[in-house]
Amino acid sequence: MSALLEARSVGKRFGGLDALMQVSLGIERGEIYGLIGPNGAGKTTLFNVLTGLYRPDEGEFLFDGAPLPVGEPHRVAAAGIARTFQNIRLFANMSAVENVMVGRHVRTRTGVIGAVLRDSGSRAEERAIHARSLELLEYVGLAGRRDESARNLSYGDQRRLEIARALATEPRLLALDEPAAGMNATETASLRGLLEAIRADGVTVLLIEHDVKLVMGLCDRVAVLDYGRKIAEGPPARVQRDPTVIEAYLGGALHA
Amino acid sequence: MSAVDFEILLQQILNGLVLGSVYALVALGYTMVYGVLGLINFAHGEVVMIGALSTLSAARLLQSVLPGLPGPIVLLLSTLAAIPVCMALGYTIERVAYRPLRFAPRLAPLITAIGVSILLQNIAMVVWGRSYHSFPAYVSTEPFQVFGATMTPVQVVIIVVAMAIMAGLMFLVHRTKLGRAMRATAENQSVAGLMGVNINAIISITFVIGSALAAVAGVMVAANYSIAHYYMGFVLGLKAFTAAVLGGIGNLGGAVAGGLLLGLIESLGAGYIGDLTGGFMGSNYQDVFAFFVLIMVLVFRPSGLMGERVAERA
Amino acid sequence: MSWAAKDLGDWVETAKRDPRARWLGVALIAVALAVLPFVAGAVGGRGWVRIIDFALLYVMLALGLNIVVGFAGLLDLGYIAFYAVGAYTYALLASPHFGIHLPVWLVLPMGAGVAGVFGVLLGAPTLKLRGDYLAIVTLGFGEIIRIFLNNLNAPVNITNGPQGVNRIDPISFSNFSLARPVEVLGIDVPSVHLYYYLFLALALLVIFVSLRLENSRIGRAWVAIREDEVAARAMGINTRNIKLLAFAMGASFGGIAGGLFAGFQGFVSPESFILMESVVVLCMVVLGGMGHIPGVILGAVLLAAMPEVFRNTIVPVQQQLFGKIVFDPEVVRMLLFGLALVLVMLFRPAGIWPSTTRKRELAS
Repeated sequence: MSALLEARSVGKRFGGLDALMQVSLGIERGEIYGLIGPNGAGKTTLFNVLTGLYRPDEGEFLFDGAPLPVGEPHRVAAAGIARTFQNIRLFANMSAVENVMVGRHVRTRTGVIGAVLRDSGSRAEERAIHARSLELLEYVGLAGRRDESARNLSYGDQRRLEIARALATEPRLLALDEPAAGMNATETASLRGLLEAIRADGVTVLLIEHDVKLVMGLCDRVAVLDYGRKIAEGPPARVQRDPTVIEAYLGGALHA
Repeated sequence: MSAVDFEILLQQILNGLVLGSVYALVALGYTMVYGVLGLINFAHGEVVMIGALSTLSAARLLQSVLPGLPGPIVLLLSTLAAIPVCMALGYTIERVAYRPLRFAPRLAPLITAIGVSILLQNIAMVVWGRSYHSFPAYVSTEPFQVFGATMTPVQVVIIVVAMAIMAGLMFLVHRTKLGRAMRATAENQSVAGLMGVNINAIISITFVIGSALAAVAGVMVAANYSIAHYYMGFVLGLKAFTAAVLGGIGNLGGAVAGGLLLGLIESLGAGYIGDLTGGFMGSNYQDVFAFFVLIMVLVFRPSGLMGERVAERA
Repeated sequence: MSWAAKDLGDWVETAKRDPRARWLGVALIAVALAVLPFVAGAVGGRGWVRIIDFALLYVMLALGLNIVVGFAGLLDLGYIAFYAVGAYTYALLASPHFGIHLPVWLVLPMGAGVAGVFGVLLGAPTLKLRGDYLAIVTLGFGEIIRIFLNNLNAPVNITNGPQGVNRIDPISFSNFSLARPVEVLGIDVPSVHLYYYLFLALALLVIFVSLRLENSRIGRAWVAIREDEVAARAMGINTRNIKLLAFAMGASFGGIAGGLFAGFQGFVSPESFILMESVVVLCMVVLGGMGHIPGVILGAVLLAAMPEVFRNTIVPVQQQLFGKIVFDPEVVRMLLFGLALVLVMLFRPAGIWPSTTRKRELAS
């Protein structure tokens, strides 16, 4: 069986800087795949190229065997890839449940006419959107905060809300950019439970994370990026012992 | 190209440069404020108008006291009197209408700016009346010939003074400590604050300098067209803002380039639009031309001709 | 003012929950709206009814602009162009100017449609622009439309230039013309009253459509774009189409209002569509409470009525104070208008009646 997502020599340059060079990787169905590397290694750039926010300068992504649309984030989402953001990008003045409801947009169809006339089909769809969004809030543990403005949620809750919103698009691949950043140990532990539940529900997870313990404990495989190149890939335990990786991290630590 | 054609072209270019110099001065005011506050100072055009009309009043007063004073001196002294008026006005506008709203929703200061603009227009109407005032030729408007094109001494003065002021401003912003503080504030307000820059003072100074430029620009427009009235600032402000956006708002060099370019576009457009459209459109479409070019530039270069930063304050 | 607005909001919230109070409220409002022109006419004469008619047109305009600015967060400073397009569509297709006299039920939707097309034409090239750049381009667009209307009388006379188009057909439905007074149950109903009921019906329709859109998949997509365009795209919203839809919807509301204006007034000229009009409509939206439909309606009514109230009070007040007219009433009126804009924004930066559930982006 082919990989769910395959990156084929993806490259991206900003001015004179090579943010990504010849990055190839394959993510299998049902796994939790970690993407690690020192700051500025190109992890978030890879996410942005994958989800269509940037156009790659070379290479392509195959999703379920078909090429992903380039530079069109909404079509990437429609294809079945949803993401969260490193610096949390919720719809700040919308309530929690409305945020998740926006995530249902791509799987629903009601247009202007349906919205104005509220025919039986549109009403049923709207009810379904609402019900599914409440379910997802419950799923990530935010049922009690459904009517709170996103901006008033705690940091950890905002991260969970972003995940619920992403799940609302019915992704086959969920791409999370540092979901544990800024979380305390308890929050991280419950995040880990959530990610395992998501995987158990059949969603493949791609994860950028700095929390080494979380990555090592959770991921089936990890890839390491350094200066825009993939320098290692494999099960966490093996990657952890890889001398190139140790060098990259120690080097990074010395420079930092 | 025949000699006559060339003379016409040269004439349009000269007219465009004069107009463009004025646009550039006013555009600098917009762009400086935008740089430090991320705000369209909608009332800036009215400061231009107040500058012109208070210069006129000062000149009338001066001539009644000292009837023998030569025209250029009258104009110089009364402009110098009007500049502080406009500076005070700019300072007050910022303090009253913008500063309390610095952290308010983005459109709130835009509305207060519109309110201030309406207020100033109507105050001017109370003070100076509704009628058009003829602006005397303190500097000669006797035309002379340059390679077959006509120019007036006033136009020469406008171009020279505008260039000198712009050079001075560039020096201030790029070579002095104050300028460094202004640039730092524009770059990142909170960091500049942490580094010991007095943000409020810098913002005030920015308004004050912009208003001084506006006063001079107002005098130039009035002198060039020999007319001043309460409504003169609005359209001029609009054009100058267009120029600032054309050049890339927030960028001083861009404001100058955008101003000159807009002046040339308008002048050449008005001159040749009839030929271009086979007589279908005449010089009354001058403004369409300016806005059309603006839209084209922004469509293909969304941050303006010389824009560096994405002008979006989320 | 702050407390009054808050109490009103609370009261409305409570009333919404109690169905009996709700129906009573609706019935009271319906009766009040039905008798309003007669009361206003008795108190202040036909002139007041006319002002109310215009206020209703402004409600439609403000709600149209609210879709673009309030919901989708796209700052449009040339909105009045769509009002102009609607008005001229009506004027050219139902007047002796070309000798075309199409019926109202055809011209009004055509005006909305043509305005909607112009909305898309404006929207398409500006999709990548944001914030203030969009503001200046829309402003330029509004001016371009006006300049064309002003100059398209030569070489081919299309718009009749600055003189405008006059003797426009009044709004009529087969033989029933709103321009002629009628007698109902022994009561004389003058023409301005008839227009009032038509405008009220259409304003209610526009309010209804706005409310339905707000709480829908489309409305949420608009707000999502306003809140964070990048995140909206990543969540699968086709921001291009959804933004164009906002421009088209907003423009078509303006087009309907424009058509009504042309039929009501009997005369249109470019002078009615100057930049200041765009600014006034924007002020209605922001002053009332951007994105909050009741607030926007309130803003429209207040700003439409305020100048007229001033017009009717400034002269008597001056005569009381000074015994003569010292200041030009028009100037005082505009001074107070400018002052009101500044003061309301300083004390209520989110508008007079902002949404209670969505506090605007204060201190982000």
